[in-house]
Amino acid sequence: MPNGNARSGPITLLVGTKKGAFFLHTDADRSAWSLDGPHFLGHFVYHVVLDPRDGRTLVAATKTGHLGPTIHRSTDFGRTWQEAPAPPAFPKAPEGETGRVVDHSFWLQPATAREPGVWYAGTSPPCLFRSEDGGETWTGVAGWNDHPMWGTWTQDGADGTPDGSILHSINVDPRDSTHLYIGISGGGIFESPDAGATWKPLNRGCAADFDPNPDPEYGHDPHCVRLHPQAPDILWQQNHCGIYRLERPGDVWERVGDNMPREVGDIGFPVELHPRDPDTAWVFPMDGTDVWPRTSPNGHPAVYRTRDAGKSWERRDAGLPREHAFMTVLRQSMTTDAGDPVGVYFGTTTGQIWASSDEGDSWRRIADNLPHVYCVECAEFRR
Amino acid sequence: MKVSIPTPLRSYTGQEAIVEAEGRTVAEVLRDLDRRHPGIRFRMIDEQDQIRRHIKIFVNRERVAGIEAPLAPDDEVQILQALSGG
Repeated sequence: MPNGNARSGPITLLVGTKKGAFFLHTDADRSAWSLDGPHFLGHFVYHVVLDPRDGRTLVAATKTGHLGPTIHRSTDFGRTWQEAPAPPAFPKAPEGETGRVVDHSFWLQPATAREPGVWYAGTSPPCLFRSEDGGETWTGVAGWNDHPMWGTWTQDGADGTPDGSILHSINVDPRDSTHLYIGISGGGIFESPDAGATWKPLNRGCAADFDPNPDPEYGHDPHCVRLHPQAPDILWQQNHCGIYRLERPGDVWERVGDNMPREVGDIGFPVELHPRDPDTAWVFPMDGTDVWPRTSPNGHPAVYRTRDAGKSWERRDAGLPREHAFMTVLRQSMTTDAGDPVGVYFGTTTGQIWASSDEGDSWRRIADNLPHVYCVECAEFRR
Repeated sequence: MKVSIPTPLRSYTGQEAIVEAEGRTVAEVLRDLDRRHPGIRFRMIDEQDQIRRHIKIFVNRERVAGIEAPLAPDDEVQILQALSGG
């Protein structure tokens, strides 16, 4: 396995929860962790992300149950936060027309190193916003938000998760900042070759067993889509029906989840990639039978890892509970660091954070009793 | 005029429960409030100028349906927030 560009400095896990954000700090050996927080106690923190281009700017998508959505920023590693003066919002509709309203920002994505200060945000309803000033002011990407097919592709933004239909999984091609991929819950994956001016569906080969059409062009339900940072022609997808992989310029997804054990299945929310090896990925299967409990199958949680591009999968549950553990890990709640070996982390809706410093071979709980975890992101601060 | 601020919005007013703002309508008062306390308006009023679902605005203890409601100089504006959920 290639290990070029491996880093081993101190890292921080940025944990967004239903009741605030928490940071977990560790040294390079990743053995001892300290908890810092809460930040924004009582606020929904759907996503909190470090700008990898400067190593110090944090951007957080926040809301409370009763106030409108906003974006908070910090340029001092989270010691202080400032609210964005112009968070994502739609234009005011002409008199007599009904305008759209941002319910919340859900997904934050820095663009490439070639575009410092540029960020994208995915919202509910499923729309795309862009900032060119480090997350302070945001404007809608009209090519998506006002696309003539937007209502058709997104079911008018009405279908979706319990928190509403969302735009997530914003992936920017590191070779070409204008080449974008997005995921729409209850809509599918869409690709733009021109910075969001035009879009087309990219769902061939993906099952949509909730759709009467056996092979729809759109309407699929991607849960998480990841582009490999060092092999950006390779995309992985965990969707409502299975685990998929795609090698561009091909446009037909391969269901590599068919190689998962039948009794476990290949349904889940997150898929996380090895930062250097494009054949290695981790998933966290959930029970998608009957009424869809979305919890660890049989109450016996496990991470599954492939090292051969999905041809085979290994169960990795050493250290995880052996029984009575009905975990749910959401799409933004699994991440990796850049170490060698790679550290892998996930957070549960029951408020636990689990860590592996050996690429998933063994696990230990590094935080407990946190609120419902929405996201876990790995950050390397440059102090 | 005096405007009462609910606790979830007092981070914008330096924890002040009652602040000053001027205007001839609720909309103008909210604009002035936002000028004095940047960001507070969008947390209460969406981009279509509708009062958010859990926010209630009262003028002289009468609830207003929209932000175009007129105001007299000595009117009292109260912003309240319904709390629900767990």
